[in-house]
Amino acid sequence: MIFDFSNYDQLIPLVTNSLIAAGLLGLVGGLIGIFVMTRDMSFAVHGVSELSFAGASIALLLGADVVAGSIAGSLVAALIIGVLGSRAKDRNSIIAVLMPFGLGLGILALSLYPGRASNKFGLLTGQIVSVNGTSLEWLAGIAILVILTLVIIWRPLSFASLDPEVAAARGVKTGALSVIFLVLLGLAVAASVQVVGALLVLSLLVTPAAAALRVTSSPKLAPVLSVAFALTASVGGILLALGGGLPISPYITSISFAIYLVCRLVAYVRKVRK
Amino acid sequence: MSKSVLSIKKASLSFGEKALWQNLDLEIAPGEFIAVLGTNGSGKTTLLKAILGQQKLDSGKISIAGKPIKHGSRNIGYIPQHRSVDSSTPLLARDLLTLGLTGHRYGISFSARKDRARVEHILGCINGFDLARKPIGELSGGELQRFRVGQAVIDEPDLILADEPLSALDPAQQKIIADLLDQERKEHSAAVLFVTHDVNPILSMVDRVLYLANGQYRIGTPDEVMRSEVLSELYETEIDVVRNQGRIVVVGSHSHEHHPEEDWK
Repeated sequence: MIFDFSNYDQLIPLVTNSLIAAGLLGLVGGLIGIFVMTRDMSFAVHGVSELSFAGASIALLLGADVVAGSIAGSLVAALIIGVLGSRAKDRNSIIAVLMPFGLGLGILALSLYPGRASNKFGLLTGQIVSVNGTSLEWLAGIAILVILTLVIIWRPLSFASLDPEVAAARGVKTGALSVIFLVLLGLAVAASVQVVGALLVLSLLVTPAAAALRVTSSPKLAPVLSVAFALTASVGGILLALGGGLPISPYITSISFAIYLVCRLVAYVRKVRK
Repeated sequence: MSKSVLSIKKASLSFGEKALWQNLDLEIAPGEFIAVLGTNGSGKTTLLKAILGQQKLDSGKISIAGKPIKHGSRNIGYIPQHRSVDSSTPLLARDLLTLGLTGHRYGISFSARKDRARVEHILGCINGFDLARKPIGELSGGELQRFRVGQAVIDEPDLILADEPLSALDPAQQKIIADLLDQERKEHSAAVLFVTHDVNPILSMVDRVLYLANGQYRIGTPDEVMRSEVLSELYETEIDVVRNQGRIVVVGSHSHEHHPEEDWK
């Protein structure tokens, strides 16, 4: 049997931390995803997540804080991409170079790590249900910082993402904004790696926004839908995982993907009817 | 000359061996329409960057309303070359106008009602009510450029910089956009610096032409500058300027610098 929800009411309190974490990630992923899409940076998300994985693995090996290591890895990647890859073409090649390096470095650190194997795979493919108090504080801090900053820079960042030269002519500091955005992206990736794992970060940071932008072009509705989709995937994934005994990530990625398919279908039906 | 909107004094810029322009002097009066002509690589777009403070000069000074510019200015409206917008961009046509007004503002909007009224006003000016709620990814090239003209004038700038805004549009659309820009800049008494390959779509509204070539330049009315002897001297080769039914066609001989077809295409 895949699902067994017989003692569900007793399980929920045990995963409160994970549910809060998932909720925060849904908010962050849904919001930042909008800009990942408009700035065409899906590939950067993947690149940053591999270096985040490397940072976390090295921290695990050294006995340091895994979340801190993951953030450090993310920020290094974000800054390298920000400084060297201001042009899209440069950016993609830099990411393609960084990605395998980060993954290799992470695998090296993990294979030297003497601890339990489940911890090792958790960083790549997601945890089972294991968000403790300390990591929740980290996640909450990151989420609040990212969301607040995004709200503050929302308009100039939209302008700079759409038409960088026009925005710059009007006095918007496009260069500073893209560095700030990459730092926020790095933080969001580091937070997501803790729950869904480095390989599956895209399912929270890209898929929900990509789905939302299939069905709406409204600048107000798009972030709302994107957050709703990301929350459905992240929180729903955990609730399903409780009854299934499998890791969280396949549930999150499947829900996320299903939402995307539905949105594509909706867009197609609308187009045909026109 | 404190009255001029844009003042360029003895501006020089070279990239390595290649001089783009030297000792360029230009004063633009309020409401004046200047066309910047010249071949690819003659430094037209670089001049716009220098005006915006994004490109350092080797020497000389550029100031807008008496002040030098460091990183753009709200006193400037900017119309870029037409590029199609990705269909997944979460913005409606009217949001292009809103960004022209509030795109530089941080935080949450506090004067939304006043801004909306201003957007409605410009929608009327550019005849854009029917398109206002259309996703910008679905606008045609001409429709998009119409909104970009609106975006450039919405904050009442003193100076509008336009970087080949008519390229990639068909002649009928070019005329609509050029006429709209002319009407709007008069309405809002803004000066215009209009970079283009082809002076014809804007010939009726141009006050003066700045022609860049070979590291040199000529400034004057179209009749003063668009002449065979003037351009021949500038290009240091035989150039024919032909006038035909109110259009100006520049025809070069075997010049490697000059591609005459670009001037009237």
